[in-house]
This record gives sequence, structure tokens and C-alpha cells, in this order.
Amino acid sequence: MGSRRQMPAHYARALWRNEGGDVRLYAVVAAGGFRRHATYRVATFAGVFTNTVFGFILAYTYIALWDERPHLGGYDMSQALTYVWLGQALLMTCAMMGGGFEDELMERIRTGDIAVDLYRPADLQLWWLAGDLGRAAFHLLGRGIVPMVLGALAFDLALPGSPWTWLAFLVSVALGVVVSFGVRFLVALSAFWLLDGAGAMQIAWLAGLFFSGMLLPLPLFPGVLGEVARALPWSSLLQVPADVFLGRYAGWDLLRAYAFQGGWAVALLLAGRMLQSVATRRVVVQGG
Amino acid sequence: MDDMDFIELDGVEKVFDVRRRTGFMRRERREVRAVDGISFRVPRGEMVGYIGPNGAGKSTTIKMLTGILTPSGGRLRVAGIDPSRQRTKLAHRIGVVFGQRTTLWWDLPLRDSYRLMHRMYRIPDSRYRENLDRCVELLDLGALLDVPVRQLSLGQRMRGDIAAALLHDPEVLYLDEPTIGLDVVSKAKVREFLRDLNAERSTTVLLTTHDLTDIEQLCKRVMVIDHGRLVYDGALAGLHEVGESERTLVVDLERELPPIELGSEPSVRVVKVEGPRQWLAFPAAVSAAPLVARIAADYPLVDLSVREPDIESVIAKMYVTDSRV
Amino acid sequence: MAEVRAGREVREPETEFAERSRLVEGVRAYGLIVAMWLRSTMAYRASFVMTALGNFLVTGFDFVTIMLMFGHVDALGGFTLPEIALLYGASATAFGLSDLVLGSMDRLGRRVRDGTLDTLLVRPVPVLAQVAADRFALRRLGRITQGLLVLGYALLTLDIAWTPLKVVMLPLMVLSGAAIFGAVFVAGAAFQFYAQDASEVQSAFTYGGTTLLQYPPSIFAQDLVRGVTFVVPLAFVSWLPALYVLGRDYPVDLPRWVAFLPPVVAAVCWVLAGLAWRAGLRAYRSTGS
Repeated sequence: MGSRRQMPAHYARALWRNEGGDVRLYAVVAAGGFRRHATYRVATFAGVFTNTVFGFILAYTYIALWDERPHLGGYDMSQALTYVWLGQALLMTCAMMGGGFEDELMERIRTGDIAVDLYRPADLQLWWLAGDLGRAAFHLLGRGIVPMVLGALAFDLALPGSPWTWLAFLVSVALGVVVSFGVRFLVALSAFWLLDGAGAMQIAWLAGLFFSGMLLPLPLFPGVLGEVARALPWSSLLQVPADVFLGRYAGWDLLRAYAFQGGWAVALLLAGRMLQSVATRRVVVQGG
Repeated sequence: MDDMDFIELDGVEKVFDVRRRTGFMRRERREVRAVDGISFRVPRGEMVGYIGPNGAGKSTTIKMLTGILTPSGGRLRVAGIDPSRQRTKLAHRIGVVFGQRTTLWWDLPLRDSYRLMHRMYRIPDSRYRENLDRCVELLDLGALLDVPVRQLSLGQRMRGDIAAALLHDPEVLYLDEPTIGLDVVSKAKVREFLRDLNAERSTTVLLTTHDLTDIEQLCKRVMVIDHGRLVYDGALAGLHEVGESERTLVVDLERELPPIELGSEPSVRVVKVEGPRQWLAFPAAVSAAPLVARIAADYPLVDLSVREPDIESVIAKMYVTDSRV
Repeated sequence: MAEVRAGREVREPETEFAERSRLVEGVRAYGLIVAMWLRSTMAYRASFVMTALGNFLVTGFDFVTIMLMFGHVDALGGFTLPEIALLYGASATAFGLSDLVLGSMDRLGRRVRDGTLDTLLVRPVPVLAQVAADRFALRRLGRITQGLLVLGYALLTLDIAWTPLKVVMLPLMVLSGAAIFGAVFVAGAAFQFYAQDASEVQSAFTYGGTTLLQYPPSIFAQDLVRGVTFVVPLAFVSWLPALYVLGRDYPVDLPRWVAFLPPVVAAVCWVLAGLAWRAGLRAYRSTGS
């Protein structure tokens, strides 16, 4: 597993040469993240197949639910079905069930290889963020489009008519990916202090699955639970992008949605940065 | 099966269909003859080195001998058993050590892995204890038995793996790169153990290696495979002759001097000079002693060492020789 | 030398015995390897407790979703919450059992890729048993636990006119269901001999299958229901027997007695999965990849 995910040597070399040009540097890392996941074609096909099967199963359960209660949560039937397929399309992109960089980062912390990363002329957090953005871009294209198209062929989905809505959706997805990264980076860094970071990662993963809206749209959660769920960062992963896609935000509301996602993204990245500097001092003191 | 034909291969072939992606959806099919008609016999109790460059067909041959792969053609028998048809029956009579893939249990003490072998191979209790004691003594495992495998060094793990492969008294032992990555002490220990095993129990041993010293110290016979064909089968000394391989004498002189000249030895030549250090190449079949004596007599000698040729260069030279014929 | 030979002579009859009963040998080897993994697991006790709890929670989310749905409706596809709980409990418990016993088989592709499958092929025990026992994960008790809890809830709240046949049906359903899922695991692993990266295809039938069976068949399209009845016979895991216990009709027109077929279906599935496994292993041994 570890070796399959290792950064290819030529990217690493390209990075060393790029010490000055920061943007180019991280663009190379992002491209590396994209290419690394693009290599596994069979796995991608298999994943698309599974996403599609789950999409069908969940779609029928939603049909049953909305048959009983039309306009439940303010969604009509085709909006509810669209929500199902968006969930399948974004499951990998926003790493709602993990599967991004975090296992590798934790493994590097556990083995002490992280000391090498800290001496790189690149910022640890931005390095991993760039790689994860590249990964997310691949998963959006490779794992997102086909299930969405198949879903649209089989069911009557509420696809946005305006190109601006599509664009607004993409922005929201990008913010969602950063929030998702922020959470996973924080949890991965806990491996500096916890002997077995897997437990912490599992809790974060469970929370992500529950509070992102992957199980059911958050407006269907009862009372306080629903309000709390909507305020937590994980709603940025699916609930908010889906609502943007379904045109539930317009004008200032859209900006408010972005501000919510962006706020969490910044807060989590800053928290990660602080934790990183504490951890770095720890590594330096211990001499790696 | 008699003891002279303990392992027998007659025109054994292994052909793979390799599919290669040539475009987005296009694929190209190509036939690769990994083993291309190999025949040899190994008598019971012999210790044979099986060498060749990477991708030459070494491990494919071993996989066929152990029953992992089915040959595409030819006839193959180990202890009278057809490995691909009677894999589990054969498994009781062979031991296999994969150099870089441990079969020990990572998180458990070494002893637990041996207990599993005990029960999986249904080794009678007395045999098991006897074999384990012997391996522990000779491979120096006593202090390691209760240590989780993940805490063992590479050399310790290799010794542990070799012991695991021998608890059921195999008649044949296949070793794939048994000394790769080991330190000098571990290498020596492993070699000594294998020599004893072969001498005392007449276990037949087939080993692949990149380290010619393994072969030199262990095997009277060496087989060289390249491009799926057996290109040499005989004594190691003969291999050096066929391959015109050269050893290197590294000489440290007191001071920088012009390249050493030994008029009476035309086969010796200086290949490199770096300050007071000089490298001299000479045929592997020639003894180094008279050479050293000559140099010591004529030059202010401080230190010297002899470097053995590596397998790749020996085989590469063999090919050059071949194509000239 | 003579002594070594003698040692072999003693063992020879047992080798013959091994050839005669591969099933017994396989189960024995499975037990031996599982015991090793259990001991390994106990080396990290805290981690085990954590992951078992995680497994319990994440598999329980499926039922939480159903409960959230029932916060808005009284019936789904004409089924009440306790009725769905019976479907869910039966399917989750059956799947949990097969996941515990055979769930690691989806690692086969990885073993083929990194070459460690070869180390299993030089052992004197069936490869299937070794692959099945690989990385045996006791944490999967979490799924079984939540399945049994939901099943218990269903049985306590449902008002069923119990007959001896219905009582027998419960364990029969869970065990044959586990066997049917087990056959799917084996067939899925066999497929990985051909496509090493395709472990997710298997997930569509295993994890997807159990998700499907947690809901009543009445909510799904007829073609889908026919597909999981006649093609991949997952309907026999829980739908048909559970609907018999509930005394309700199956959406596809079938006689009542098919509810008793799960053991037969499981046997047929295992024969087919066994053939697929042998074909896959044979293909591996002839191509080496």
C-alpha cells in the first residue's frame, strides 16, 4: 500500500528545483496527485460500478420515502434523486469515507520519515493539500461523472440549466475538498501524540459519514441534531454543494454558503498549521 | 525415481501471454517465453546454484519446481512427483525460502510461527522438537524465539525464515536470494548452516543468488540461465573460464606512482589509478598469490584487497564470448 | 540420512489422508491461521476495541438512516419499522457472519499483485482456506452485534403468529444467508485472479447486496428484484424467508415454498463459487499474474 502511494521520484526532483516558484511547485505536486490515482484504471472502473450500484439502491429507497412524503425537507422527488447521485459522485472526491492522503501521512509520522518531509524546502501542509486537490480532481472526473450520467439516464434528475449554477457548484465542491482536507490533516497529525492514530481517524471518518449528509439530507435530521449537523464542517462535503447544485442558494445566500465553507476551511487549515508547528518543534527537539 | 534423478526437467517451457497497453483502449498481445526449453538433472543431496540476470527465468523455474506455476510444456519431476498436479503432496517434501518475503508472523514471537508450521505440516512432536532445537542452535535463534518478528533485523529474520522452512524435514530446499541485504556476519552464518545441512542431512539445495560468493562457498555446481535458456551447467571455475571473467586487485601504494607494470604477466592490466590507489584486472582463473608477490617485490605496497566479479558482468562477458563463436 | 527417511515414512499416510479430505484439511488450516490472527489482534488490544466499536457504529448507521426515515413516515413501501427491522436484522446478521469468516477475501488481488500469494501455494493446505483466513478481523463482530440487536428489536415488537416452521425459519435464514453471501465473497475473490484491482466490484454485490436486502422488495423496480432473485440469488438470504415469517407476499410471483429453498440455493452457489475459484486459481498458476 505504502509503496504504491509513494511520490514518484521525478516529482520530488522537480520540486527541489522549483524552490523559488511556489505556485509552480504546488501545481506539480497536485498534478502528481492526479496522475497517481489515474494510473489505476481497473480500480476506477470497479469503483464506478460500485458507486452506480449503490446509487440505484439508494435511489429506490428515496423514491419510497418521497412517495410517502412529497416535498420532504423541501426537496421534490427529482431533487431528492439528484441528491442521491451527487452523494455517489462526491463520495470519493470529498473523501467522505477516507481514502485520501491521511493514511500515508500517518504512516510517515509513525515511522519517523516525516522528519525528511520537514526539511524539504516546501511547506508540509501545502504540499499535502496540493496532492489532495489533485487526487480530488481525478476522483471528480474519474469517479463522479459516469455515475452521475448513468443516474441521469435512469432517473429524472434535476440538473441545473444555467452554466453559472454548474460553476457555483464546482466552487462549492472545491471548498468542500479543502474542508475535508483540513479535518483529515488535523486528525493525521494526532499520530504525533497518539500511539495508534487509526482510532482517531476512524472517529473522524464516522463523523464525516454521519454529518456530511451521506446517509440522508441533513434537513431530514430531527430538531437540534439537524441544526448541529448543518453547523459542523462536514456539511460542507455534500450537503452544501448539493444544495448549490439544486439551486437552493441564490445571490447573498450563495455567498453565505461559500462563507460558511470558506470559514471552516480557513479555521481548519489554521488549526492544522498550529498543530503542525507544535509537532515540528517536537520532531526537531527529538532529533527526528 | 532414483537418487540421481531427484529433480528432473526435460524441455520444460513456460510461455506467458503479455498484454500491453498501446493506446487508450488498444492492447497488444505478445508471447513471452520466460523459460524456453530447459533440461537438467539434480541428484539427491547436491547443492546447486541457479543464477542469471533479473528476468532471465530463474524465479519462473523455481515457481514451476515448487508447483506454484504450471509448465506450458516439457516434463518436470521433483522426488518423483509432478509439482503442478500434486502440489500439496509435494509441499510436505520441500522447503521454500523467498528472500524478500517473510512467511513469519509479523506481530507474534518467532516461536508462534514455528508452532503453526508444526501443526500445519503435522510434524510428529519428537521430530519437531528435535528439528527446532537443532535450527535454534545452529542458526543462533535462542535469544530471538520470544521476540516479535517485527523487532528482528533483516539477518535475524532470514535465519528465522530458513528455520521455518526446515522444520518438516524437507528433502529439497529452494532458496531465493537467501543472503540479499544481509550483513557480513549473518551471511557467514547462513552459509555455514546451509553447508552443514547439506553435509549432515544430504538435503538437496537449489539456490538463486546475485552474490557469487554464495555460490563459491556453497555450490560445486552452478547453472546459468539467460533469456529462458540454460547457458551454462558445470563447476564455478569453469564459468569463470567460459565467461573470461576478471577479478580485481585493489592496491594501495605508499605514494602516487605511474601505473604498475608487470612485464611477464600480459593478462594483468591497470584499469584505474586514483592517487596512491590502483586497480588491476586479472583473469578469475589465475591465482592472485604470485601476482601479489610480484607487486610486493617491485613496489612500496601498503595494503591490498581482491574483489570478486559480480554475476552480471560474468554473464555479460559470457554473451560477448558466445556471439564471437 | 536413514533417520530422515524414517521420519518421512511416518508422515506419508497422513499425506494420503490429506488428499482424501480436502474440506476437513481446509477447515483445520483455516482454524490454525485464524488462531494466529487472533493472537496478533490481541497484541494491540486497545486498537481492537476501538475498531470493533467503529465497526459496530458504522454498520449501525444503516439502521440509523432507516430510523431517521421513519421520523417522517409510518411505512416505507407498505412496511412498518419493525417489519423492516426483521428484514434488516436478518440480512445484516447473515452478512456479518460471512464478512467475519470470509470478509478478507477481497485482499486476494493485492496478494496476487505483490506476489505473496506464492508463499501460500507452497503450503500443504488448500489455498482457499489460507486466503479466507488471511487477516481474520475479529472487529467484524461489531456488524453481527448490531444485526442481532436489530433482529431482537424486530422479534420483540412484531406481532407474529408463530408456527414451528416459522421458528425454524429464523436460524435457517441467517445461516443459509451467510452461506450465500460467503459464496459471493469466494466468487468475487476468484474474479480478482483476472482483475487484481477490481475488489470494489465485489463490494457492489456484498455491501451493496446487504444494503439492498435491508429494505423491503416492494420499493425496488421489478427488474431489479427479478435480478437478485434469479441471477444473483441474494433474495434468498432474507427477503423470501423473512416475508414468509411476516406472512406477506413477494413482489415477484413465486410459490410460498420457495421460502424454504435458501439452503439449496446456498449449496448451488457454493458449487458455482468453488468452480469459479478453481478456474481462477488455475488461470493464476498458468499465467502467474
